[in-house]
Amino acid sequence: MDMDAIATLSYEEAFGKLEKSVAALQDGRLSLEQALECYEEGMKLARHCHDLLQKAELRVQQLRVTNNGDLETEPLDLV
Amino acid sequence: MLFPETPPVFSVAQLSRYLKELLEADDLVQDVRVRGEISGCKTYPSGHCYFTLKDAEAQVHCVFFKQARRQSAFLELRDGMAVVAGGRISFYERDGKLQLYVDQVELLGDGALFLRFEQLKRHLEAEGLFDAERKRPLPPVPAVIGIVTSLQAAALRDMLRVLRTRYPLARVVLAPTLVQGAEAPVSIVQALDLLNEHGEADVVIVARGGGSIEELWAFNEEIVARAIARSRIPVISGVGHETDFTIADFVADVRASTPTAAATAAVPNIADWLANVRACEQALATSMDDFLLRCHEELDQANRELARQTPRSQLERLQQQLDDTIETLQTGMQHKLALQNERLRGAALRLHSLSPLLTIARGFSVVRRAADQRVVTSIQQVQPGDDLDIQVADGRISAQVHTTQ
Repeated sequence: MDMDAIATLSYEEAFGKLEKSVAALQDGRLSLEQALECYEEGMKLARHCHDLLQKAELRVQQLRVTNNGDLETEPLDLV
Repeated sequence: MLFPETPPVFSVAQLSRYLKELLEADDLVQDVRVRGEISGCKTYPSGHCYFTLKDAEAQVHCVFFKQARRQSAFLELRDGMAVVAGGRISFYERDGKLQLYVDQVELLGDGALFLRFEQLKRHLEAEGLFDAERKRPLPPVPAVIGIVTSLQAAALRDMLRVLRTRYPLARVVLAPTLVQGAEAPVSIVQALDLLNEHGEADVVIVARGGGSIEELWAFNEEIVARAIARSRIPVISGVGHETDFTIADFVADVRASTPTAAATAAVPNIADWLANVRACEQALATSMDDFLLRCHEELDQANRELARQTPRSQLERLQQQLDDTIETLQTGMQHKLALQNERLRGAALRLHSLSPLLTIARGFSVVRRAADQRVVTSIQQVQPGDDLDIQVADGRISAQVHTTQ
């Protein structure tokens, strides 16, 4: 997978693939070329996971009932 | 003579009787309700209870007989309780004591609230609302967290701070509510129902900071308990401080001691997740190193195998085999020769021991006829006058036969 495709993965998806890469590499039955590819992709996935966690910002919303009785959320800005 | 007028003198009993009758004739004190604090309360094995009802300025002794206590379901009175005691005042002549004979007691303030708390708790527990089986597990990775609390309170800020640090990947949906006062219970119920209707939250936190029993009272109301019970989304309660237990805490799927503890319980910690990612990176690097190392080893092994199979090395191997074989033959031959030598020596020794020369050395001689050198072994072989040769150890002796016998 290239870096763009990896960037669209959620944390769960990316971490899941990362664990699979580790397992495949530890298994030892890959060819040298496959092993190098696996390693590279694993590292890219790890970096993506890292980015997601570092950049995450808590979203805070307030629930309210609109005039026509619907429920909607709006961003909350606490002072 | 006139005696001067002296005021009448009564006996103690007479005075006491007078006071008693005076009091018993007074309508007010014969059916009076008195508010005060219980002190020095003591219940005897007889079932009668004696205490003092006091306030800042005064006190009155009280007697609460067993029969009267039965009417109040044997309510247990304790020092410090604020109560309203109803009964009649009289004078106990024996002790000279003014006493309130209590026929009913009503708890005030904390005492009354505590009673309501106990009653509701028993009622809901009997219904099974607190059962462990009812409690649902919390989602391990919630995407949306619902919060029911006051917008103004510090509790909300504390919880958001915890969530930002531990799990910023989440989205918080707030349903604001009143958390104390008469309108609070309905407000809390509406907020909970709203979050359930909206349906996006994976877990809901119902929270309120610390306060007195009256301030936390909304979370002891039946309608709030039932709203938590019917919530389809799992509920974590975080009300008051560590030692505060409200009905909401018993009904909730998880009780946290404070709002901060509730936020902590609701989410995983991304610090752990970061550690996992690092561990994977480490594992990748280690595995890659091991892989390359194994490749190198396999290459070396193959090289060694190849080196063993060249024509020169084959020749050397055959040469070695030849040398070994020669070595073996030589060793074998030497061994055989040594063995034969031994046999020969042995035979020679045996021969030597049987040799006639040894016999001669011992004094025996070999007699021969001089004419034909035939060895004489019998008298028949000689006549008197024949010449003989006698061989002894160091030479020969010529002799002649004289006679034979």
